[in-house]
Amino acid sequence: MKEFQYQRAGDVPGAVALLAADPEARFLGGGTNLVDLMKCGVERPARLVDIRRLPLDRIEPSREGGLRIGATVTNSDLAAHAEVRSRYPALAQAVLAGASGQLRNMATVGGNLLQRTRCPYFADLAKPCNKRAPGSGCPAITGEHHNHAILGASDHCVATHPSDMGVALTAFDAIVQYETAEGPGELPLTEFYLPVGDSPHRETALPPGALITGVTLPPARVAANSRYRKVRERASYAFAIGSIAAALDVRDGIVHDVRLAFGAVASRPWRARAAERLLVGRPADAEAFAAAADAELAAARPLAGNAYKVTLIRNLVVSELTTLVQEGTR
Amino acid sequence: MTSTTSMITLKVNGEKHVLPVDHRTTLLDALRERLDLTGTKKGCDQGQCGACTVLLDGRRVVSCLQLAMAAEDREITTIEGLAEDDRLHPVQQAFLDLDGYQCGYCTPGQICSAVAVLAEHAAGWPSAVTGDVRPEAGQPELTAEEIRERMSGNLCRCGAYVAIVEAVARAADAPGKASAVTARPEGARR
Repeated sequence: MKEFQYQRAGDVPGAVALLAADPEARFLGGGTNLVDLMKCGVERPARLVDIRRLPLDRIEPSREGGLRIGATVTNSDLAAHAEVRSRYPALAQAVLAGASGQLRNMATVGGNLLQRTRCPYFADLAKPCNKRAPGSGCPAITGEHHNHAILGASDHCVATHPSDMGVALTAFDAIVQYETAEGPGELPLTEFYLPVGDSPHRETALPPGALITGVTLPPARVAANSRYRKVRERASYAFAIGSIAAALDVRDGIVHDVRLAFGAVASRPWRARAAERLLVGRPADAEAFAAAADAELAAARPLAGNAYKVTLIRNLVVSELTTLVQEGTR
Repeated sequence: MTSTTSMITLKVNGEKHVLPVDHRTTLLDALRERLDLTGTKKGCDQGQCGACTVLLDGRRVVSCLQLAMAAEDREITTIEGLAEDDRLHPVQQAFLDLDGYQCGYCTPGQICSAVAVLAEHAAGWPSAVTGDVRPEAGQPELTAEEIRERMSGNLCRCGAYVAIVEAVARAADAPGKASAVTARPEGARR
């Protein structure tokens, strides 16, 4: 690991100023991804600015009646929070489906959104990777890619975003708040991640040096009837090969409101707006759910070895919405 | 001290240690190589196996991904700090009584993790296999399925899982199971 300076930020303006003064500095949250990447040489910061003791560790009601989640709230605290569990159950389930108890105690909400892909080529310095070394190529496209993207990828990168939490936050229209030396700003999570295009190394729309300070969840009645389902290659403690956050409000057998987002299929949590649009006003049955999934997945461009994900996501849409119809009437 | 080293204070098992560290030092390496607390084991060194699990302010963490610098002034509890004098922690006793190990290398991490699992469960935390995560559903029963899910961050190369699950279940029924550490998971705190 490269040597680095370490500073503990005392307040948000101080943290932002430290980063603005050193282009080779990085914020340190839980460190579960950053420290790992520093060990293998993918990340080589000259300075770490530790933000874990900033007063950003609270979950509070937002002015609009939703929830504001501080950036340094741990995954564990988020998943254990009573309001999250009762009003946005899919978010608690998504967090609990990720990593292990130990990692959830360390990892933070801001860091979760900024974690890097687990594409094996990204972490292997002996291999090309356009995300790590722009212009060097993407060996995954013709190589090992059974868990790579089927939506929104490009000829330059087919990596997926590994977050579970982010999938539920995307379904619930979360807004990311940040602070820079020039002042505060915010981004809807659906616009937070940049399209892959020919610059997969540029991952988010955050301004340089910005510190995520929190995430706001708008109030949403539909979210109370929601689920997160994660499919993985072992029973626990593995990244998804496909996941879904779904919320459904059915009135008199007709879809009144619906939220759908997919994980492990794209470089960002994938909000399925085409499917949502098709469902509102339609009968809440398996036929309509499958048709909505097909409409969303029409844009899928699977690689030679991951076409199974199209079927997987289609099946998840039907099964989870069907379950929500049953749960919503209990 | 240079710009990439610092003098820090680590509070381990109730005792304060002042030591100079290279900022790159993980808590795991500080415990094992600087403080001679070799009960905590290095397995994968990538946060994947759980062998290095310790408690930080009462919560389980993997010490291989925890920089020592960032653990300064926090309460660190290792396997060496669980027993009270000659009396083993109920989780340690249960692992002994039920043979919750074979080679023993992962055992300190398994035990530290299990101590935290019991505290998390007592605090009402749900898990990925909890059927209904809503608080009104109440505390989930600590079934074998729940224990397996909650302990899934600790790998056992020998495959002693059957006895590990039994040991955690027995410890859950033991009196004073969360006594040796501050039962800090205060899930409903915020």
